[in-house]
Order: sequence, then C-alpha cells, then structure tokens
Amino acid sequence: MHDDETVLKEPKNANEENSGVSRRDFLKISTIAAAVPVVAKPNLVMAAGAEVPVHGPGKVPMQFNVNGKSYKASLEPRVTLLDALRDTMDITGAKRVCDRAECGSCTVLLDDKAVYACSVLAIEAQGKKITTVEALLEGGQLHPIQQAFVDNDASQCGFCTPGFVVACKAMLDKHPNPTPDDVLHELSGNLCRCGTYAGIRGAVAQAARKGA
Amino acid sequence: MPDYQWPDPEHRTLIGQRVSRVDSPDKVSGQARYTYDVKRPGLLFGKMLRAPYAHCKIVSIDTSAAEKMAGVKAIEIVQKAGANIHWAGDEVVAVAAVDETTAEDAIRAIQVKYQKLPHLVSDAEPPQGAGESQGPLSMDDLGDMLDNQVPERQIISLLEQYGVSFKATEQDYKDAKEEGVPDSVIDAVRKAAVHPEEEGKTTKSNYVKAAAQTQGDPDKAFSEAEAVSEGLYGAPVITHCCMESHGSTSEWADDDHLFVHMSTQNVSGIAGQMAEPLKIPAANIRVHQDHVGGGFGSKFGPDRWGITTAKLSKKAGGKPVRMMLERDSELKVAGARPSAYARVKVGAKKDGTLVAWQSRSWGTGGPGGGGMPPIPYCFAAPNQKKEHTAIRNNIGPARAWRAPNHPQAAVLTMCALEDVAAKLNIDPYEFFLKNIELTKLPQVYREEFPIAAELMGWKEKWHPRGQNISNGIARGVGLSIHTWGGRGHASDCDLSIHPDGSVDIKMGTQDIGTGTRTCIAVVAADALGLKVGDIKLYIGDTQYPPSGGSGGSTTPGGVSSSTRRAVVDARDALLAKVAPALNAQPDDLVAKDGKISLKSDPGKSINWKEACSRIGATPITCHGHNDQAAAKNKPDLTNSGVGGVQMAEVAVDTETGIVKVTKMVAVQDCGLIIDVKMAESSVMGALIMGISYSLFEEKVMDPTTGIMLNPDMEFYRLAGLNDIPELKVHMMTGKGYDERGVIGLGEPPAVSPGAAISNAVANALGVRVGVLPITPDKVLAAISQTQKAGA
Repeated sequence: MHDDETVLKEPKNANEENSGVSRRDFLKISTIAAAVPVVAKPNLVMAAGAEVPVHGPGKVPMQFNVNGKSYKASLEPRVTLLDALRDTMDITGAKRVCDRAECGSCTVLLDDKAVYACSVLAIEAQGKKITTVEALLEGGQLHPIQQAFVDNDASQCGFCTPGFVVACKAMLDKHPNPTPDDVLHELSGNLCRCGTYAGIRGAVAQAARKGA
Repeated sequence: MPDYQWPDPEHRTLIGQRVSRVDSPDKVSGQARYTYDVKRPGLLFGKMLRAPYAHCKIVSIDTSAAEKMAGVKAIEIVQKAGANIHWAGDEVVAVAAVDETTAEDAIRAIQVKYQKLPHLVSDAEPPQGAGESQGPLSMDDLGDMLDNQVPERQIISLLEQYGVSFKATEQDYKDAKEEGVPDSVIDAVRKAAVHPEEEGKTTKSNYVKAAAQTQGDPDKAFSEAEAVSEGLYGAPVITHCCMESHGSTSEWADDDHLFVHMSTQNVSGIAGQMAEPLKIPAANIRVHQDHVGGGFGSKFGPDRWGITTAKLSKKAGGKPVRMMLERDSELKVAGARPSAYARVKVGAKKDGTLVAWQSRSWGTGGPGGGGMPPIPYCFAAPNQKKEHTAIRNNIGPARAWRAPNHPQAAVLTMCALEDVAAKLNIDPYEFFLKNIELTKLPQVYREEFPIAAELMGWKEKWHPRGQNISNGIARGVGLSIHTWGGRGHASDCDLSIHPDGSVDIKMGTQDIGTGTRTCIAVVAADALGLKVGDIKLYIGDTQYPPSGGSGGSTTPGGVSSSTRRAVVDARDALLAKVAPALNAQPDDLVAKDGKISLKSDPGKSINWKEACSRIGATPITCHGHNDQAAAKNKPDLTNSGVGGVQMAEVAVDTETGIVKVTKMVAVQDCGLIIDVKMAESSVMGALIMGISYSLFEEKVMDPTTGIMLNPDMEFYRLAGLNDIPELKVHMMTGKGYDERGVIGLGEPPAVSPGAAISNAVANALGVRVGVLPITPDKVLAAISQTQKAGA
C-alpha cells in the first residue's frame, strides 16, 4: 500500500485485481468504466474483448469544485465523494450514516441535483459543481430553508438535518410550489431517527410560502 | 435564604414559553461538530475485525500480513486465541492505519480461524420445562456473564436467587477486583449461598426461569370472573439505530494522559469507565463532545471498541485514532431492546371491573437473558399470577432503550385489557377509566382522558370491533396509558457573571438532541432578565463540573435544578453590588428586560451592562448543585412520576394487509415545562419512533447462521415522512402540574404507541395482531384466521 504519494501502476491482470472484492467495491469499480474526466490519464486494460480505462488501484490526483472553491487531493479511485469531502477536505456537513444510499444524511448537490454523496465516487464528481449544506449559509445568515427548520424545531439530535436541508433545497428549486405529494416524493429518500418529521413538514411549508 | 423556588407564572419571563432551540442554527447549517466530524492533526483510522459466527471459539489469529502493510500503524488483538465468542460481530482484532481504505485492506489481510459452536438466536416460546435446570452459578458462569456485559443488577439477582457452586477465597476476591469486577458483584458473591455439591451437576440451559409470583387469590378470582380473555402479545428485539454510530477518537498527550472525543450520552461518566482498563487515573482522561447524533439509551459506556481505540492510539505513539462503527456493526452489536412476549389471561366483571391477571412471559436480552417487564403495567390487578423465563442467546447484548421495559409492558398489558373490554363489548375508554383507581396517578389520567378523546374525536370514531370496513379499508381507534419516574439526576455547574455583562455556564452535561442546552439557557436567562442568546454555554467536557448521564429522563430535572441554584445565587450577589447605586435594598430589586430596577419604583433602574460594571475586577461565580437524593435538595426543584394517555387511529387495507396510522394523539404531564416548543417536539418524536417500532422494526436473526439478516437501513426499516400522520400533542400545564417541579420527558411518550396502535388495529379488523411489528403478513394471517373460523 502507499502512504501519501501518488502511485500509478499497471495492473498485471485486470481480473486478478478485481477478484476478491466486496460487492460494494465491485459496484464502485464497475462505475469507473463510464469514462469520467480525470486529471491523470487512466490505464487501458482489456476486459471482455474491449479496451477499458482503469484508474488506480493506487492514489490518483483529483480536483474538485466544492461550494465555489477548488480543492486538490490525491485519493484512491474507490474513495467516495462523501469520504473525500469529510476526511480530505474537512467539509463535514454531509454525514456518514448508512453509507449505502438508504438514509439521505449525506445528501449534497451535484450540478444542482440532489445525490447521495456516499454512493458517488469522488473521481466521478470531478468537473462538476458540488454544493454542500455549508454553502447555504451566506455571510453568517441562515438561508430561509434553514431558518424554517429552526422556527419549526425540525432538528433534535440534528445528524440527519443537513441532508434534509439540502434535499429540501433541491426540491424547492425544482418545485417552487410543492404539492404534498411532491414533498413526500422528494424527501422520501431521507430518514430521521429522533422523529422530527412533523417539524420538517412545517419547515417545508414555511420555506415554500416564503419562496425560498 | 435565597429563593431557589421556581418562579410563579407571573414572574416567569421565559420558563414555560415557546423558545427556539439554541443550537438549531449550528445544526441546520452543518456547523455543529459531532464526534464523527472531529478531525485531529495526523488522524489515523481505526477498523475492527468482527467475528462472523454467533457462537465460536477463536482458534488462531495471524496478523503478520497486515503488520507488513505500508500505512498500518497499530494492531490490537481484542480477544485472543482461546476466547469464546457469544455473538456474531463481536470484536476480535483492531487496526489503525493512515487512511480508511488501508485500514480496510489490513482487516481483510488478517487470518482468524474459528471453531464453530452451537448457537441459539431464537426467542420463541420456551419449551415446557425449560429453565428448570438452572442451578448455582459456577466461577465460569460468572466469568462468562462479565465478559458478555451482562448488567450488574442482573448478575446480582441471579446470585441472590441461585447462589454459587464454589467457595471463593480472599485471593479470588482480590483477583476479581483487579480484573475490574464491580464491587457490587463481589459483594453479592460474598453474600451468595454456597452449594459446592452442585458443582458440575446442573446442565447449562439457555432458559432461566424466575420464581413465580402470586398476589391475592388468582384462581378464585378467575373462577368468579364474568369475562375471561386470553391472548398472546409481544414485542420483538429492535435496535437503536442511532444516526451517528457509536465511536470515538482517542489521542495520548503523553504516556498517561488521554484525550477522547466520544459519541456519548454520558460525558461525565466516561473517564471513570476507561481508567481501569487503561491503567491510568480517571483524572488523566479528558472527554469531550459537542454534539451527539442520537443515543436513545445505547451510549452510556466507552464500549470495548472505545477502549481499543485508546490502546491503538497508544501503540501508534499517541497519534489520534478515530474508530466509528460501520452501519452493519451499529445494528448488530451497538444496541438492542430486549424482546418480551406473554400468554396473558385477564378476568373482569360484567361492569368492566378488572379482577385477575395471569401471565406466562418470556423474552431475550441476548447473553444476559433480560428481566421480566413490569406487568400488568400501570393497572395493579388485585389478583395476579406471573411467571417469566429469560432466554440467554447469541443475538448480542441488550442496552437500555427509551423507557426500558415499559413499551413492551404496555403492549403485553394494554392489549390484553382491550381484548377483555372487547369481549364485554365495553368501549376501552370506559374500561380504562373504570379501573383507573388501580393506577398510581388516577387524578392525572382522569384529567387527561377527556382531552385526548376530544383531540382524537374518540366518541365519534370508536365502534365495536370490526364494524367499520368499507371498500376494503378497515378503520379503528385504540388507546393506551403509561407512566415514568423522571426525577433529576445529580448535576453540578458553575455560573459566572462577568464585569462586562457577559454570562457563562460550565456544566459537564450533554445535549443528546433533547434540548439540554436550551433548557439550561432558559432557566438562567429567565432569572437574570436576559435573552437566551445572552447566556454562553460550555458543556460536554470533563473539565466542567460533572452532571449525570442523559438516561431515564433525568437530565431536565438535573440541569435545570443546578442551574437555578447557581443563577439565583449569582443574581442575588449582583443585586447586592448594585443596590447602593440605586439607593435601595437588594430585596427591592428585580432583574428583568435587561435591566435592574426597583420593585417599588420600576421607573428607577440601571441597565444590565452598567449593573455588571459594578462587580469589580473578577466575575461573580456561583456553584449550583442538584443532589440525587431529593431530601438533600432544599427546596427540591425536581420530581418524579408522570402519566400520559395516547390514542391512535389506523386505516388497514384488508387486501394488502398494510396498516397506515392516520392520526395520533398524546396528552402528557411532565411537571413544570421549561420550553413548551421542545417538549412538544419530544412527544412528537416519541410518537413517530413509536409508529416506527409498531409497524416496521425488528432485528431479524437467521436461525441457521445465527447472524442478523437486516443490518442496514433498507431492511431495518425506520418510519419515513410518508408514514407520519397528523399528530396532536397536548402538554398538561398550570395548577396541579407546574408546582411539582421539573420532570423529564424523554421516556414516557415513547411507551404507549405500540399498544395504542395495536389496539386500533384490533378495533379496525375485529381480530388481534398480538405481536409487533404489525406487518402486512401478520395482518393477512389474522384476517384469514377469522375467515376460517367464520366459515
């Protein structure tokens, strides 16, 4: 393994490299095949009779645009956007809870669309606009959606809250006047354990009224 | 004598109002830092290798390949070769590495050989005669229980009941003490009856039968009862599923000073639990936490993984190591509520008078078995016969879960009572009230019942069982009552008023999402005539005065009482300093609206800042203490014993078996309410959590492999926004309630939802689905049984 330096090496055999990986790692590896713009040039390997670009398995240099700022990092291709944000860029508003696209606590905007950051590879998020909950705070002022969450007491432990706030932002961007069905549909991918849904419902209604 | 008493309504400015949570802005903007978010310089990432089998022996461990991997900084063997593992997911070896992926690779490179042993993960009804083989405890039994984190009180109760099969020497006691065996257990062994002749004679059983309990003359009462109903009721093992998983970051400043960030409900209580296993004084351990992403009763100790994290850090030269549980481990090993099931027989008179209760109950809390839930719950039936069997199995250890044992007891009791009421064709509203004198809080319930009925529209909605089905949708209503203690725990704080007018409070408590910060700030600001935002709060650190763990609804009473004492003393000291400037006696001064003014001449005043400038060079600092023992608090500002009534309305699709809760009502008493807005949120949260465990949640164990089948958030289902109906919450306030003092609220409203929803489903369908969660398969099975019976 490699400590801090970036190492690119040619896999001896692509199948051998892929053997013994977990289902989740496999999903991550297989999605890289959809060639994404990356800084380092991928290696080409033969797979199923076609040349497939492969990054890694060592660290590769990457570049991100998060909340309007540029970040550089050297990461293994298997690192998720969520872990890159939290552990490399120290942007911790998006939370790691289920780590497999079930709870929505890691919701961020990727080119203004809500995604589960735990299920997007960091390498795939390059060249896209990444927006986290931190960006909604402008000059120390809460965004009207955030203010609506405060007013309606829509957080208790608060660990799911950033995900809900971001999902709510994506919904109101898409449906400025959401119907109850819009709300249920757009926020159905987020879960809360303390039971703040009543407050969240009130917050969404308030934010929509104020044209947030 | 300072006037510590809670102010009467006309002298409160913030207490009892609707104040927004003070830490909400941090939480909604991602600024709140949780333990999971703490990134210390040079952070290493910890991972745990967990046993794959429910019951096995570790044969060998080979870490050589992992040791050679670049980036691996420390390896700690948690349980050595030869150790017995009693649940799948138990800790075996831990690794710390420079990043998470390297740590994961290192874990995969460790070779462990196990010898599989027979396991039991079922909590099905114990076979007849099971559990009677339990005899005195051997030294091995005790060792096993301690290794398996069986609660102290349970070990002690078994020792009292069965005695021991060995004669311990003074050296044994000394060794036990050095190994960290709690003093209370050692004392219980000393007092236990010794039966050496039984050594090795009793076969170990998974079933532990408690002594049968009888009260009154149940046989006679049943023979004279005019209606007898029998049923099977239960609630399965569920998990806590905290959004922020358990875990910590540990680092050593030097060889014997540790700094720990931990996700915990018990900041002040952690250092003492880490000291012995790490062989350093508790005073050398600093524990810090700003925010915690949920606990619900599962985060009181450092846990074996917390101790291991500190050991990894030491091996890595003191560098910070973070180990947070992965989601599957969080669900497998970090928290489970014990199950409880019972075959219950209830006898009543024609007029609805409850005369007799009989129950044969069982349940599991994992390796420890678990105790009997308090049944019959709330209603002390005059004649009772009860027996309970605890199942010791390999599902992993149990932890306290919001109102330990009460939600299960409510299901076992309130459903059985509703069944007998249905048999008598009596509205359960009338039935419960008819027997309300059998409860400890009849007056509270009597006041709450009509309010709940009004909010639900009970009179219009209740109908005899199964008589409101149209277009395949069956509608019904159900109710339940509950109780809880909630007295404030021991709490200490320091409150300072500074010469520049700023105010701070230091307290080693924690805000687990229940609004503890806000509660402290409201109490302080109310007494000083300031705004909540004027109070600077320092909590969540062992450097501040200790305050109890947040469990059992003890925090509001504890922190509000210690704050009240400190703030009254500090305010009085300030008034004494200011009095000469206003040519007044301190007694004639009042702090209100950011001013100090004369009660006799409100026009005469000075503003807060100017008043504080007269303090002198050093701040006024006062200490506040609330004692665990009520008698030591003069006056006592907290109290115990609350009652609540809940009602549920459901719509059941008789073709799909899907249950929708369409409305829930909660009427709750909790003494003097500090912040009504947060109190209502707490109750709504409990209703929502209740809907979740009533309809969806169950820790599903595979009998063949012994592992949990749903350790994720897709198949361990939590209620979502779509599952939440209209919720109506009414808090009892004013005369008869306020003057009782502050009482905690976390547990009580989480007790009744299971029973209320189950009763509503029974009312809708005309048939009981006795065991939670009420899933479509159980509903359809119940419907088809009645159809068969009718055919």
